[in-house]
Amino acid sequence: MARISLKDVRKSYGSTDVIRGVDIEIEDGEFAVFVGPSGCGKSTLLRMVAGLEDITSGTLSIGDRVVNDLPPKDRKVAMVFQSYAIFPHMTVRENVAFGLTIAGASKAEKDAKVAEAARILQMEPLLDRRPSQLSGGQRQRVAIGRAIVRKPEVFLFDEPLSNLDAALRMDMRMEISKLHKQLGTTMIYVTHDQVEAMTLADKIVVLKGGEVQQIGAPMELYHHPVNAFVAGFLGSPSMNFLDVEVVEANGDAVTVRNGALDPVTVSRASGDYVAGGRALLGIRPQYLVPAADEAASALHGTVGLAERLGTETIVDVALKDGKSLIAALSQDAILEMGAPIGFTFDPAKCHLFAARSA
Amino acid sequence: MASRFQHSNRAGWLMAGPAAALIGLFIIVPFALAIVFSFTNQRLISPNPAEFIGLDNYRQLLGVATLTLAPETDAAGAPVVENGEVQYPALRGYTRNNPDYPGLRGMREWFSFDWGDNRTFVLARDVVFMTAIVNTFIFVLVVAPVQGGLALGLALLINQKLRGINVFRAIYFMPVVVSIVVVSLLWRFIYDGNSGLLNNLLGFLSFGFIPPVDWLGNPSTALGAIIAMSIWQAVGFHMVIWLSGLQTISPTLYEAAALEGASKWQTFRHVTWPGLRNTAVLVLIVITMQAFALFAQIDVTTRGGPLDSTQTIVFQAVQRGYGKQDISGGSAISVILFVIVLAISLTQRWLTREKR
Repeated sequence: MARISLKDVRKSYGSTDVIRGVDIEIEDGEFAVFVGPSGCGKSTLLRMVAGLEDITSGTLSIGDRVVNDLPPKDRKVAMVFQSYAIFPHMTVRENVAFGLTIAGASKAEKDAKVAEAARILQMEPLLDRRPSQLSGGQRQRVAIGRAIVRKPEVFLFDEPLSNLDAALRMDMRMEISKLHKQLGTTMIYVTHDQVEAMTLADKIVVLKGGEVQQIGAPMELYHHPVNAFVAGFLGSPSMNFLDVEVVEANGDAVTVRNGALDPVTVSRASGDYVAGGRALLGIRPQYLVPAADEAASALHGTVGLAERLGTETIVDVALKDGKSLIAALSQDAILEMGAPIGFTFDPAKCHLFAARSA
Repeated sequence: MASRFQHSNRAGWLMAGPAAALIGLFIIVPFALAIVFSFTNQRLISPNPAEFIGLDNYRQLLGVATLTLAPETDAAGAPVVENGEVQYPALRGYTRNNPDYPGLRGMREWFSFDWGDNRTFVLARDVVFMTAIVNTFIFVLVVAPVQGGLALGLALLINQKLRGINVFRAIYFMPVVVSIVVVSLLWRFIYDGNSGLLNNLLGFLSFGFIPPVDWLGNPSTALGAIIAMSIWQAVGFHMVIWLSGLQTISPTLYEAAALEGASKWQTFRHVTWPGLRNTAVLVLIVITMQAFALFAQIDVTTRGGPLDSTQTIVFQAVQRGYGKQDISGGSAISVILFVIVLAISLTQRWLTREKR
């Protein structure tokens, strides 16, 4: 019913291209997350789906209709804004019922639907309050309530949790996840927070500079990123990248080294590497294992700052070649600043990318 | 903790002093003097010392009474009819030296209405002032909603992202920059009875069907002409206030309304208008107060005429205080105006309060 398809969608303001040809397919009932750094065009893309921004070229279909030129109200979409966008002069009940009021629904119908939405979102006691009497989380609940009463085919969320504090954000994240399972409606969720993306999404769309970098399931992107940007964007702390020299390229096996790294052979995912060329070796901080014997390790450096979090220890390491690196040790460890430290790692869990173009 | 205020007291008072003195001299003292004068018989220039006369000035201004008279009857007891009109006894008989009606002494007829066979006369001690009050209220009652509404309409029109919209903003605001005295002089030409712009325009548009009207010289059109001119002059000012109110409304509220399917009218009714509540109160009170102070237009164009059809409260205050040198009477009028405006402002605030 509400499959969403974007084909070569573009958006420009004058001569500035904001969205540069995006192809995305979102299946019915799927939870898609658009993620990327600020200015990557993710919100613009969402607003284009909502109909709040014009589409310069390309086709956008919702269900089996091309909706490029349809006004927002005819697209059967509901949207939840970062700033909540609830009407300050209306009670919670009036806010939630707004779409129904506009459509001229009867009082009985409004009451029933508002009651149902309030039950789903557990906000029955709030119905007669005004927005000024609500906390941020409660306001966002009202905004979600307003979206669900109309039974839209698609829900759009524009960074809905960004204005909430950390604890509340986690609660609401779970609520939204539950809501999706309960309603089974297609949802598009925009965020710059990779944790939200990883935890909520069926499908993540990573955007950068108005272009899609990679589309896939969260774990697919985490384990098989197609480029250094995606690899670095997902995961916390983010992936370490080492500038390395290619020693030998033999079929799929590529041997690389640098000043701090003893030669290591990794299997290539893609790209062309020739002996003597440069490459980028990506290692997630969690996959670095401190070697008991520094001499037996593959990566050499000294301990910089260590942050002890209880379950893990985040270490900033100054490598022998002057670069720095982050390691996440999976236990509480006491490390002395300036002490030499060495790491081993499983080459199978490394990612090799083309060198950053200077 | 009160110390901080006391520490810097001297320097503070020294710095605030000049401004406080000026405010006192030019605002508080005249205000207090107006109230004091209104209870005396002070004249602008007089050899006699002023005497305290209590509420006489107010009685003189606001004295109103009614008198119901039966028609004159002939010998047979039937009403006397002359020229098709029932005849009533002359009011002079009641208002001049009639010991039976001491309260009516010196009053004149303001207006009358028929009640069954009898006619009720409403008498006023100062008919011109009563006319001034009525004219002022008509002016306020027309100007407040029309000017406020037009200003809102213009604000909605110029609150769009269009190329060159600032040109329109400037044009609509221009009359505000021009002094009302200059505006009044210009509009005298527009309203001229023979070859005024308005008469020429109407004649041209109606192919000469509409005859020229002496807009300011005709008792039935003079007040209306001044109302139209006044609205035109200040509408841009209130447009800017509305515009600032409009721009405080978050654009996402409009986007939310659009997504919920609201039409233009529904968006205005549910999003724009509630968001303008505080602005509306401000605009309404400001227009009301300005409208009650109507003076310059009258002074430049009609000077209260023709036939007192454009008398207003402030014009009366000035005429009485300076024209007739009756400064205490003028003061009493000012105090009456102050009480009226204060009462209306408080009522408006109460009516438009945020209901919780």
